[in-house]
Amino acid sequence: MNDLTPTREERIANLKGMGTSRKRVEDVRFTQGKGNYVDDIKLQGMLFGDFVRSPYAHARVKSINADAARALPGVVAVLTAADLAPLNLHWMPTLAGDKQMVLADGKVLFQGQEVAFVVATDRYIAADAIELVEVDYEELPVVVDPFAAMEPDAPVLREDLNGIMSGAHGPRRHHNHIFLWETGDKAATEEALGAAEVVAEEMVYYHRTHPCPLETCGCVASMDKVNGKLTVWGTFQAPHVVRTVASLLSGIEEHNIRVVSPDIGGGFGNKVGVYPGYVCSIVASIVTGKPVKWVEDRMDNLMATAFARDYWMKGRISATKEGKITALRCHVTADHGAFDACADPTKFPAGFFHICTGSYDIPVAYVGVDGVYTNKAPGGVAYRCSFRVTEAAYFIERMIEVLAIELGMDAAELRRINFIRKEQFPYQSALGWEYDSGDYHTAWDKALAAVDYKGLREEQAQRIADFKAGRTRKLLGIGLTHFTEIVGAGPVKNCDILGMGMFDSCEIRIHPTGSAIARLGTISQGQGHATTFAQIIASEIGLSADSITVEEGDTDTAPYGLGTYGSRSTPVAGAATALCGRKIRAKAQMIAAWLLEVHEGDLEWDVDRFQVKGAPERFKTMKEIAYAAYNQAIPGIEPGLEAVSYYDPPNMTYPFGAYIAVMEIDVDTGEHEVRQFYALDDCGTRINPMVIEGQVHGGATEGYAIAMGQEIAYDEIGNVKTGTLMDFFLPTAWETPHYTTDHTETPSPHHPIGAKGVGESPNVGSVPAFSNAVHDAFRAFGLRQSHMPHDHWRIWKIARDLGLHG
Amino acid sequence: MIPSAFEYHRPGDLASAIGLLTDHGDEARVIAGGHSLIPMMKLRMAAVGHLVDLQAVAELKGITVEGGRVTIGAMVTQAELIGHEGLARAVPLLREAALQIADPQVRYVGTVGGNVANGDPGNDMPGLMQCLGASFTLVGPGGTREVAARGFYHGLYATERADDEILTRITLPVAAGGYAYEKQKRKIGDYATAAAAVLLTKSGGKVASASIATTNLSDVPVWSEAAAAALVGSDCGAAAVKAAVAAMLGDIDPQKDNRGPIEFKRHVAGVILGRAIARAWARA
Repeated sequence: MNDLTPTREERIANLKGMGTSRKRVEDVRFTQGKGNYVDDIKLQGMLFGDFVRSPYAHARVKSINADAARALPGVVAVLTAADLAPLNLHWMPTLAGDKQMVLADGKVLFQGQEVAFVVATDRYIAADAIELVEVDYEELPVVVDPFAAMEPDAPVLREDLNGIMSGAHGPRRHHNHIFLWETGDKAATEEALGAAEVVAEEMVYYHRTHPCPLETCGCVASMDKVNGKLTVWGTFQAPHVVRTVASLLSGIEEHNIRVVSPDIGGGFGNKVGVYPGYVCSIVASIVTGKPVKWVEDRMDNLMATAFARDYWMKGRISATKEGKITALRCHVTADHGAFDACADPTKFPAGFFHICTGSYDIPVAYVGVDGVYTNKAPGGVAYRCSFRVTEAAYFIERMIEVLAIELGMDAAELRRINFIRKEQFPYQSALGWEYDSGDYHTAWDKALAAVDYKGLREEQAQRIADFKAGRTRKLLGIGLTHFTEIVGAGPVKNCDILGMGMFDSCEIRIHPTGSAIARLGTISQGQGHATTFAQIIASEIGLSADSITVEEGDTDTAPYGLGTYGSRSTPVAGAATALCGRKIRAKAQMIAAWLLEVHEGDLEWDVDRFQVKGAPERFKTMKEIAYAAYNQAIPGIEPGLEAVSYYDPPNMTYPFGAYIAVMEIDVDTGEHEVRQFYALDDCGTRINPMVIEGQVHGGATEGYAIAMGQEIAYDEIGNVKTGTLMDFFLPTAWETPHYTTDHTETPSPHHPIGAKGVGESPNVGSVPAFSNAVHDAFRAFGLRQSHMPHDHWRIWKIARDLGLHG
Repeated sequence: MIPSAFEYHRPGDLASAIGLLTDHGDEARVIAGGHSLIPMMKLRMAAVGHLVDLQAVAELKGITVEGGRVTIGAMVTQAELIGHEGLARAVPLLREAALQIADPQVRYVGTVGGNVANGDPGNDMPGLMQCLGASFTLVGPGGTREVAARGFYHGLYATERADDEILTRITLPVAAGGYAYEKQKRKIGDYATAAAAVLLTKSGGKVASASIATTNLSDVPVWSEAAAAALVGSDCGAAAVKAAVAAMLGDIDPQKDNRGPIEFKRHVAGVILGRAIARAWARA
């Protein structure tokens, strides 16, 4: 030993493993504009596809005349449903067990629906050709309201389902009905509600919005007719699933399809599903023998690819006079648009909405969800959340506030007396989930202390007095939220997508000189997987994270996985990664034993090496072991050092958090200012605190947008009113609030490293925090419920309706 | 979001630019910063056969402040306008308003001339120029003429400028007294939900003169003589402000859009004007 020998602490630091705020390795290229996105891909002879889209929300397509378009120089093909029908590709299955038109088959059902696909030698010619395609429409009555859609005499939207009164999720009771999904004990819930001392009832609407990733959806399809191989580069959050679906649809054997997700500029659920653009590009490439690119523009993206939310949640919650909750009931009218294209695990048509008992020990509950067709775009994706968890969290956090009003109680105290207690975990919820772990009271107390909750309430009381005395026109709102997420889908026994179990995977190869490549079944869209997964591996196998390349998204090289959405990467693929690292370590131990001429059992792992128990000066580092694995003949051990793991999680993980928003509200203009936003997250073991903080900032900013202005709005004849970023609110740095982040750490007991996932928590938790702040500002004046988004005029309307404008 | 084909022209002087407009008639449009025209072309709501880019026309640049008059070339960007110290001293209202237009990236390219000439009621400069009593110089094949900002706007995208004329510069008097541009918007880059420009002078504790204009509350900017008249001679107290707001509300005609319904816009128009008057009075 000499002074140059690193200490144990230095060896740990050198790994840049778990718990390190390691800088994101991806950012070097992203901040220099050197990312490689789908639209950066340029292939020899590549053609460009673009859609003729319906200007109407509901119309019969009487005829399509593409002669003039085909005659335009540079136009190679114009595809319509009639061209796709012989291939049986004019419709495609959705992830939700429904089917969706690829191109308009006799009618259109939403504005922006794909009617014809024009393929040309450049995108300018394609855009010109679109204008030359003559479509003769006959307008039909439009239904944009899901309640009107369920009226007996409502227009029939899905004529293809005429007379078919059984859907993928059970009976349909109306021609515009998709499914009724129920869980919980209905009779016992009704009984408890009927017997309760206090009952609060409210309709809570979580409006339709859109993930709106900065990069829109797109793909490049290239059919090589010589070797019969199809390659598709695309903005896919689940490349392996796309490969399997493409194989099932096209009949091309799966080994002849390669799907690649290059750099992706944000997904947020928008890039999980399969879109007509992918199918048409593939068909066009097969037909023309040339690569075909299709990339949406912003208006296409907002109008036609997957929306999120649009849940009408009618709740009843009951409690004792002291505030102990006794029952919860919820009925949801879910507006799915024209096709049921939700991206949920197949057995869960309402996703995990039944996490809606939230953080509370509610003895009995019932949920029923009616899915309904309307003349709106399909989707219903999990916009930075795990399958309807945002809707559930918003619902329960609003119901708690309404119950607090009914009880005349402080909403923080009402939460506290109803939290599931630490000793109750693992906790069996009334709606069937087993919460793995939690410590809600500790988090809550920390959060309330951090913002000086008592002081805020005193300030608010003074503000109300000042307002009533005419000394101010601004109100103060304190928005509380304690959310519990359910992420990490999921156990194969009950979670699958189109029959494929929702496991995930990792493969690690150690190179002879002690660096490594890891490949996963997930795909980063900005989450920083290349940074954080390398940290997990570093901690597990003792090589520096800087020496580990993480590669995802190429189905020819990556092990099969279900992709990245629903905060599942860390809970599922992260677990696979840790276990894969442990397989490497197990083999390394055998090699080290041979090298050190001791029995395996005489060795112990220490940071980056195996050392002889009781003689730590005798050791072999992982780097030395790696070299030996390739250059020494070791009896009974295969050369090489690599492993692959597939992980089927035993349970979901249940991250939670306490968020508090403090907001100033201008009663006269409806404007607001976020004075403070405090976010405490408990995501279990923290892999990279800086990445977590970034995730919280990003998700809370999306939540801020959703709560305060972001929506996909339709007029009464189904025109999209928010088709550009002028009207669709995407906050810039100017609007974005300042955030204070904090944490507690309650590891998941069933996850190999105790991590739970965090990417989506801030979207789930911040929306009710912002919305509750708006509601709270007006609570003293009699407000119970006002629907989001809380843009200027809607807040102004609250004040006007409460008589605050004099 | 891809425009149809067009011919691009980049004349080096004003005469050539006007020549191009004359040659191509209805087919030609001038482009300044392009923040309004390019999106319209991409949406294919504007079809332009010949796009005449004014970036290289040196005569359209420059700001001068001389003898109580300010002259601003049509191709001066909002950023140049904001950065001009002499102008900020002479007409501080301009800088205050320009800083509320979109974001820095837009302001580096967006021009004052394009903003006033396009006839979009959402633009901030037209109402501002009416408030300031500016006049616009129009040059066409028939020669040069001056048109008052207050008489320039006829309707949505309809202005006094003929198709073959180019708005070359803006002239306005140095503005003394108190000033304010108050704007409510949903976010950066948005047009105003309601905005008001106010200029006031004070004498003996009373309002000596006033000029008031609004943005995006009608299909044209609204210079409200009646609102100004309600203030002149008053102590600018609550009653006078109320009268000015009432008068302004008689002149505007806002429309329902995603920002909100008419009654909301009328209400916030009054609130915004009240705030603008209060700030201007405090500075007078």
